[in-house]
Amino acid sequence: MFRNQYDTDVTTWSPTGRLFQVEYAMEAVKQGSAAIGLRSRSHVVLACVNKAQSELSSHQRKIFKVDDHIGVAIAGLTADGRVLSRYMRSESINHSFTYESPLPVGRLVVRLADKAQVCTQRSWKRPYGVGLLVGGLDESGAHLYYNCPSGSYFEYQAFAIGSRSQAAKTYLERRFESFKESSREELINDAILAIRETLQGETLKSSLCTVSVLGVDEPFHFLDQESIQKVIDTFEVVPEEEEDAGEADAAAADGAAAAAPAEQGDQDVAPMEM
Amino acid sequence: MTFTIPIENGNGVKNAEADSQRTLYPYVTGTSVVAIKYKDGILMASDMGGSYGSTLRYKNIERMKAIGKHSLLGASGEISDFQEIMRYLDELILNDNMWDDGNSLGPKEVHNYLTRVMYNRRNKFNPLWNTLVLGGVKNGHKYLGMVSMIGVSFEDNHVATGFGNHLARPILRDEWREDLSFEDGVKLLEKCMRVLLYRDRSAINKLQIANITEECVTVSEPYSLKTFWGFSAFTNPS
Repeated sequence: MFRNQYDTDVTTWSPTGRLFQVEYAMEAVKQGSAAIGLRSRSHVVLACVNKAQSELSSHQRKIFKVDDHIGVAIAGLTADGRVLSRYMRSESINHSFTYESPLPVGRLVVRLADKAQVCTQRSWKRPYGVGLLVGGLDESGAHLYYNCPSGSYFEYQAFAIGSRSQAAKTYLERRFESFKESSREELINDAILAIRETLQGETLKSSLCTVSVLGVDEPFHFLDQESIQKVIDTFEVVPEEEEDAGEADAAAADGAAAAAPAEQGDQDVAPMEM
Repeated sequence: MTFTIPIENGNGVKNAEADSQRTLYPYVTGTSVVAIKYKDGILMASDMGGSYGSTLRYKNIERMKAIGKHSLLGASGEISDFQEIMRYLDELILNDNMWDDGNSLGPKEVHNYLTRVMYNRRNKFNPLWNTLVLGGVKNGHKYLGMVSMIGVSFEDNHVATGFGNHLARPILRDEWREDLSFEDGVKLLEKCMRVLLYRDRSAINKLQIANITEECVTVSEPYSLKTFWGFSAFTNPS
């Protein structure tokens, strides 16, 4: 994407019908570290890569509990993500207070999307630079939505956002058809395996990732390091050989496309983005 | 342009126009509503009278209305406030339907919404002068609750308002059981309504019984109960 004369204001259309500022905001999402979400009929798992500014600092929090039945994982400008999480928590608790009933996920997502849309149509605002994977449970089952800075939202069986998310997406694309009927453990397994894909070579350790689960009769909570490590131990040894072959294909396919800009992107990553 | 004149009364200084803008007394009132849970859902009964003080002025007031797909509201107390509440609920249900997303407000949500409304009005010293009964069924769960004009709210297997609390609930405490059939439920409610008819001076002999199940809400046509007045004390008062 190159600079052009239509990209200064968010309220300026290009002749080809694009809003460049909004698209640039979506680029910010791609710079953040990976976050993935998947759902079955009864559970939703959100997982992310723990990225720290430097070895001295702690890692940024990318997964937030919105309510017992809703969680959100973010990628992009964490400050924007924190503000939107606060908004979601506020909406959720207000609904619970008035109706004593959990807010349906779909309705929260629409409100979030409408809020993002406002920023694409005011000359004195800028779009939020964060993509949100909203996972939740309501009467109609388990849901996973992706909200992007443009104000659109989509529902997914599984999705990945952030840098090197393409590798995770490829893995998920191969397996998503089975997710609907997956058990809770299988879903967590798949989430951690997908995270591993984004690490591309780095050894997967429980300190590198955060995993959260919510489901029927299971309020949103984070898995502790031990549980994650146990899951990693079950597959880190054997499947690595088969996975290597698969990984090589996947890597070759998106290596050319993703590797070059990803490296450049990593060097240019702004400190405020995680 | 309005201006305020401080008026001193027993409660301290109050604005003249503030007083005229809050409910002080009820004018046209409905009497008891009685409701029970039964096997398939909720049964609710109320008469069709609207009293203007001690005069039984209106005899065709429907005090029970369906709310959305899953709930039934019965009201006693000020009729105009009940109509106001219906307007709030119509708007609530409309907005709920406009989401068009497969989710809908169930009886529990409506009950809590009403509790919030009633309690907040009470805090502003401008109550909606009603006691409301909210019943419904959603996803197989039966729900029956009550909210008063001061925001007191609770759920139970059988509820009643006004005189119903004193005359009908003792009967229900003795005779209500889980898994009442529809016929038995109606008989039980009619027994309660008959006692109320005999003993509550604001009751009239024209009642409706409403039934809500998972499938549908129905409010019956008005009918009257058989009564017996042939006691010797009445025929030969001496």
